Amino acid sequence: MSLLQVEGLHIHYGGIQAVRGIDLKIDEGELVCLIGANGAGKSSALKGIVGLLPHGGQVHYAGASLKGRPTHAIAAAGLALVPEGRGIFARLTVAENLAMGAYLRRDADAVRADYERIYQTFPRLAERRGQLAGLLSGGEQQMLAIGRALMGRPRLLLLDEPSMGLAPLMVRNIYETIQAVAREGMTILLVEQNAHLALQVSSRGYVMESGAITLAGPSAELAADPQVRAAYLGE
Amino acid sequence: MDIFIQQLINGLVLGSIYALVALGYTMVYGILELINFAHGEVTMMGAMVALAVIGALMGVAPDLPGVVVVLGGVLIAVPVCMLLGFGIERLAYRPLRNAPRLAPLITAIGLSIVLQNVAMLIWGRQYIAFPPLLPKGQFEILGAHISVLQLFIVALSVTVMLGLWFTVQKTRLGRAMRATAQSREVAALMGVNVNSVIAATFIIGSALAALAGVMVSAYYGLAHYYMGFLLGLKAFSAAVLGGIGNIAGAMLGGLLLGVIEALGAGYIGDLSGGFLGSHYQDVFAFFILSLVLVFRPSGLLGERVASRA
Ligand SMILES: Nc1ncnc2c1ncn2[C@@H]1O[C@H](COP(=O)(O)OP(=O)(O)OP(=O)(O)O)[C@@H](O)[C@H]1O
Ligand SMILES: [Mg+2]
Repeated sequence: MSLLQVEGLHIHYGGIQAVRGIDLKIDEGELVCLIGANGAGKSSALKGIVGLLPHGGQVHYAGASLKGRPTHAIAAAGLALVPEGRGIFARLTVAENLAMGAYLRRDADAVRADYERIYQTFPRLAERRGQLAGLLSGGEQQMLAIGRALMGRPRLLLLDEPSMGLAPLMVRNIYETIQAVAREGMTILLVEQNAHLALQVSSRGYVMESGAITLAGPSAELAADPQVRAAYLGE
Repeated sequence: MDIFIQQLINGLVLGSIYALVALGYTMVYGILELINFAHGEVTMMGAMVALAVIGALMGVAPDLPGVVVVLGGVLIAVPVCMLLGFGIERLAYRPLRNAPRLAPLITAIGLSIVLQNVAMLIWGRQYIAFPPLLPKGQFEILGAHISVLQLFIVALSVTVMLGLWFTVQKTRLGRAMRATAQSREVAALMGVNVNSVIAATFIIGSALAALAGVMVSAYYGLAHYYMGFLLGLKAFSAAVLGGIGNIAGAMLGGLLLGVIEALGAGYIGDLSGGFLGSHYQDVFAFFILSLVLVFRPSGLLGERVASRA
């Protein structure tokens, strides 16, 4: 059984159907991407999975149903979402944001070691640890959001458009980190509008359009698909 | 000069009580953007329950030292109010968490009427005297008098406020409260049980309100089922003055409002050429409050709305 298995996921806002019965699964250790244009329903699907939106259909994680479980319990089960727009706590310091990532952990010594690891990965955060997170640049905030999620030692990391609004150099920096985290064995579902990047780093991908999954397969194949090339790779 | 110092002292005493109550408003507002209009009534309940316990203790054990009797009243009133605050959130606000904002506001007002009536049914309409149990002495500083009770009120308030400040700034619960105030969704993603944090906020605020209720009734020597209304209104104004949602602001706003009110009471006669008496102190206080808000709509320490992430 896959680590995450989603079947027939439906989400609607009032009368608007944002997600129309999608299926997807992720195995332990995979880096899978979910690409699609503006408004395709990608963020809604993620929010449904972590229990931030009521939904129809099935979500199984590590063999158990997540249906009806509150978000904090889903987080406790090892699912971490880095939300679109980063969702950092602007009026908490950088260090306090990281501490929030470790909110559920009781192993104080290991937590301390993890801070140091995060600070090593993102030296910019180390320099600014006492500063209010709201004062960080967009790229630094994205680093913080990812670092914060890692502080919880999740088993599955959901990333919602980590490249959004960042300068190219910063995007590269963030993506190198994502790949490094993946190499260490983290299971990742990467949601992106930037299909080019996402297909490059992932092994498999899903293409979402108007709330439905229209294509799925190995990332290399998707990148070579004429439809994908035309619609998402600007060719 | 000594009337100035005297009124300053009186104002700080009153203001530290306002501050304790204001903290309850501001903490709840910070997390839920809800004005808990029933908070004044929690303060009243604190005073009433304490007085009931004090009365009972004096009946059963007339030889107990006064301080111990009052302490007994506080030790019962505080948990009773914590439970009340928990119940208010659980029953009146949580079911309306995602309802339009007017709905919880109406419930809040309704709830405060219910609590007043409950108190009236239990304790009647008459003023209840706070028995003279506490030490009477007073000190003289700079030509002004400060009583032991006043000194005690300020000391306890400051201690409690420091404790709250530490809790909010330095503990895991406090961090979760601040995170929840900024984004309930993201806090939940971190594993925070948002409902528990909100409940904790009401419980802490209600404990402070209970203390304030006992102190204010000890200070004025009486309690009444309707006392929560004006006290709540003033404390809420103090929270707005300091910048609602801001904890330091509530402390500052409370102290300032107390001082403004006391100085107003001391000087309003002179200022108005004898036209207005000292009972216009409330009008004076609210006038100053309005003036501040005209120039700083988000309150003294409130952030400008745009900077809210
Ligand atoms: N809170 C909401 N209320 C009503 N409609 C919403 C809400 N959030 C999203 N939608 C609608 O649901 C659909 C899917 O939105 P969603 O944010 O999931 O798309 P997305 O694929 O993440 O887009 P983007 O790449 O721009 O982030 C869109 O039509 C959007 O307008
Ligand atoms: Mg999105």
